[in-house]
Amino acid sequence: MLACEGVNAFYGPIHALKDVTFAVERGTIVAVLGANGAGKTTLMNTISGLVRPRSGAIHLDGRRIDRLAPERIVRLGVTQVPEGRQLFPDLTVAENLRMGAYLRRGAAVRQDLAAVLERFPALKDRTRQLAGTLSGGEQQMLAIGRALMARPRLLLLDEPSLGLSPILVRQLFRTLGELGREGISMVLAEQNAYLSLEVAQMGIVLETGRVALQGPSPELRQTDRVRQLYLGVRSGDVSPQGGGAPGGKGT
Amino acid sequence: MLGQLVVSGLAAGSLYGIMALGLILIYKTTHILNFGQGDMVMFATFIAYLLLTLFRWPFPAAVLGAMVAGALLGALVDRGVMRWARNAPVTSLFIATLGVGMILQAVAGWIWGYDTKPFPYALRGRPLFLGDVVLRQHDLLVLVVTVLISLVLFLLFKFTKVGVAMRATSQNRRAAQLMGINVGRIGTLSWALGLGIGALAGCLVAPIVYLDLTSMILVMIKAIAAAVLGGFTSLPGAVVGGLLLGVIENLFGGYMPSAIAPLKTTFVFVLIIVVLVLRPHGLLGERTAGGHG
Ligand SMILES: Nc1ncnc2c1ncn2[C@@H]1O[C@H](COP(=O)(O)OP(=O)(O)OP(=O)(O)O)[C@@H](O)[C@H]1O
Ligand SMILES: [Mg+2]
Repeated sequence: MLACEGVNAFYGPIHALKDVTFAVERGTIVAVLGANGAGKTTLMNTISGLVRPRSGAIHLDGRRIDRLAPERIVRLGVTQVPEGRQLFPDLTVAENLRMGAYLRRGAAVRQDLAAVLERFPALKDRTRQLAGTLSGGEQQMLAIGRALMARPRLLLLDEPSLGLSPILVRQLFRTLGELGREGISMVLAEQNAYLSLEVAQMGIVLETGRVALQGPSPELRQTDRVRQLYLGVRSGDVSPQGGGAPGGKGT
Repeated sequence: MLGQLVVSGLAAGSLYGIMALGLILIYKTTHILNFGQGDMVMFATFIAYLLLTLFRWPFPAAVLGAMVAGALLGALVDRGVMRWARNAPVTSLFIATLGVGMILQAVAGWIWGYDTKPFPYALRGRPLFLGDVVLRQHDLLVLVVTVLISLVLFLLFKFTKVGVAMRATSQNRRAAQLMGINVGRIGTLSWALGLGIGALAGCLVAPIVYLDLTSMILVMIKAIAAAVLGGFTSLPGAVVGGLLLGVIENLFGGYMPSAIAPLKTTFVFVLIIVVLVLRPHGLLGERTAGGHG
């Protein structure tokens, strides 16, 4: 459903995305792994239209979207849950959710609001509370709920587990799994490689803006690089060199 | 005496308050302090003058015309100037607003001349007597308009989608974009709203200060003071700040010995400095949202 082809993005002289090519099949979750500064957020923002790629193309269901304004891309069904939640702190929970449905109108919005509150019961008693006063976990639920209010076909999640306790992280990934089974395609940027490769069918590894590896999650999990760098397996446990990169481009 | 000074102070303060609302509406969503606001309001008020004298429109129609003209002017300034300078440093943006103001002064001088024009009161009937307090009909009108504008803005920002979107944009522009909000359009709308309300304030001030190229400047300075007093990002704060300013100014003028009474405006500004030292975010201002996630 989404295809990035040779995408290059710059911040002034900084080459933040280098020939990034990957695809998201309908109904699948693609994990984007990478260390700090690898370009995960830049990739998300480029898909969302906040960052304009200098070259390359992004297609959504065959339609080119990399020159569209952010609101047009949202309208086409791509919604982002940005890094660090980025809620509207002085709007209430209900107002934040309504803003998620900014481009929609009618009775369906009200139904979806009820459905989101059903999915995240912690928010239900807090609809009039200011978003800035929610706990970290509640804020993350609100951030995801707000994105769901747009009825996205493709959900972009930028490090949603950041700052959550282990229990909440597991709960979050359970929710993401549910959403996946409900048919929402996702791009999931994470540093938590273990859980994201669990929930995702495919993964790509970004290193300094370049796709270093990509492939189905089970295979990716077996590669040395992912094991060493992202799964916390020390190099003594696997052979440090070698190790094929299934479907990967290598570096 | 006290009642009279307070009531007249509230009427004058309402004008500072409405004037401040226009300024803050623009500031909140675009984070641009419009230094040209006084000149833009002056220009829109001259449109009302034109409609009244040349086209002989009835007063309410002329005010409405000026508000529409103000709104169009605001939208034009945003689309024509501010948008192109969007990535410039803030100081440059402030200078740009000042520049637009000076251009408008020059144009207004060229069209309408440099002499001071009388501007009619909307209501010229007999004043009302409430006990021993005398209330001019114009003062009553100003108070009613202030209440109405505050109510309309409250409903707009609380209950309409576009109003909530304006607040959202002011709180987190990037997140607003990710919701599908066209933040450029929200900015243009804020400029239009800010100068539409500014034009209304101008038409209510002009009968008192008369109309010329610079007659709005002192009122605008007091409006800025009212806004600062109210915390600069709070709309109710601006109105309350304006009312407070008007009342204090009047009480000082009324009760101080005649030798220092004319310093009432100076006194107000001294007081504002004191307030800002004690409460840096103004009386109703929010602390910076540092604690929020
Ligand atoms: N607005 C910006 N201006 C200049 N450089 C930027 C900007 N945003 C990101 N960069 C640079 O681009 C590179 C990629 O940054 P990006 O934020 O996409 O990384 P990331 O993978 O999301 O990192 P993290 O895990 O820390 O969120 C980094 O080198 C960063 O310094
Ligand atoms: Mg990031």
